[in-house]
Amino acid sequence: MVGKNCVAIASDTRLGAQAMTVDMNFPKIFPMTDHTMIGLAGLATDVLTLRDQFKYKVKMYHLKEDRVMAPRTLAHVVSSTLYEKRFGPYFVEPIVAGLDPRTHEPFICCTDTIGCIDFAKDFVVVGNATENLYGMCEGLWEPNLEPEDLFETISQALLNAVDRNALAGWGAVVHVITPERVITRNLKARCD
Amino acid sequence: MISDIVAQYTTPEASLGFGSEALPSQRGFLSGDVAHQFNSLAFDLPRTQDPVDFLHTYTDVKSAEDNLIKLAHGTTTLAFKYASGVVVATDSRATQGSVISSQSVKKVIEINPYLLGTMAGGAADCAFWERELGRRCRLYELRNKERISVAAASKLLANMVYSYKGMGLSMGTMISGWDKTGPNLFYVDNDGLRLKGDLFSVGSGATYAYGVLDSGYNHELSKADAIELGKRSIYHATHRDAYSGGSVRVFHINESGWEFISLTDVDDLHWEYTDQARAP
Repeated sequence: MVGKNCVAIASDTRLGAQAMTVDMNFPKIFPMTDHTMIGLAGLATDVLTLRDQFKYKVKMYHLKEDRVMAPRTLAHVVSSTLYEKRFGPYFVEPIVAGLDPRTHEPFICCTDTIGCIDFAKDFVVVGNATENLYGMCEGLWEPNLEPEDLFETISQALLNAVDRNALAGWGAVVHVITPERVITRNLKARCD
Repeated sequence: MISDIVAQYTTPEASLGFGSEALPSQRGFLSGDVAHQFNSLAFDLPRTQDPVDFLHTYTDVKSAEDNLIKLAHGTTTLAFKYASGVVVATDSRATQGSVISSQSVKKVIEINPYLLGTMAGGAADCAFWERELGRRCRLYELRNKERISVAAASKLLANMVYSYKGMGLSMGTMISGWDKTGPNLFYVDNDGLRLKGDLFSVGSGATYAYGVLDSGYNHELSKADAIELGKRSIYHATHRDAYSGGSVRVFHINESGWEFISLTDVDDLHWEYTDQARAP
């Protein structure tokens, strides 16, 4: 979700095999640079593989170019990495959220499993409860939210969406990225 | 005047014995014994070559994703017999696919003051057939001047659903109650299967419930402990099973009939139990 000079990224923490909940504290959002995070929803093994792969690519970029990768650049790295496996894709839908390292301009996007980028000015959703999330975000989001208001908005949207979805929830984590710092909070959610 | 009206609802005893069907000619609106008109149920069937096959295309409950007609599904229910009665406990979630359509379903069906049924599978099937069972139990009581036994009641239900076997009915139910012989518990499902037992759990979360139930079950349990065991079993099932949740509803049955015990939000239970575990 985009706010005024800030972005927020949030996920639930459930890991499940169909109906069976296996882990209730499974991270799906990973920091890539100081101002950029990536969220990966989907098959757990691919989530871990891609996390490592993206981290490697971001670090190599940093060493070769001697500058921090911008979130827009990362989005294209994500896209091409996924399209490499066009005919046997990773079962993962990523979200990139961050601030431009120089201008601090907010940036968010998501892609499908084979890397089609969806740029958005307001919010993006991926994963299990997308329908529920679209409804909540469409209803709650407004432009130019300050970090604390953005936190409240994204938290309410996520918690209320997963409460209407059987396969998501069991806890949530929210990161609000501002030019100065990243605010991370774990949310209590219904555990059924 | 009054006698005319009474006559409309009454059948001369000579023409109708107990349990016999009214003849078609006697079946006009409000003619004959009203109860007899409803003695056998009749449903409209699809007008196709093979109505059963046609229904399967749309209501086969085993492939929920492809169904055009979505049925409410996903459940954890349990019931167990012990020294001083029967505990019946259920969750309260209804799902259609991955969408939670309700968190406040009543999955315990009060058939009469001495009989309880539980609801798993198709909500409509359970609600309808257990209500129909209630009606038949009441008629039994009026005819025989004594309450129906749990064994007989569950057999009525099993026989009713057996006559629709293969036509897509979906129900897994536990019929429990107190009769002359004491506490009784039967499992009845849509295949017509009917089992007598001390302890059952039905639904997608049943395996989780069985795990807790089996490890804590004892025939000599006190009433409070038995109720707590039922509640805890359902809670653990809602925790692990995505398709179970909402609130835990508990009923207890003893010689004076069933009694509603509690309705507790799973969220409250979760924090209560986690705090208990943390305490030294």
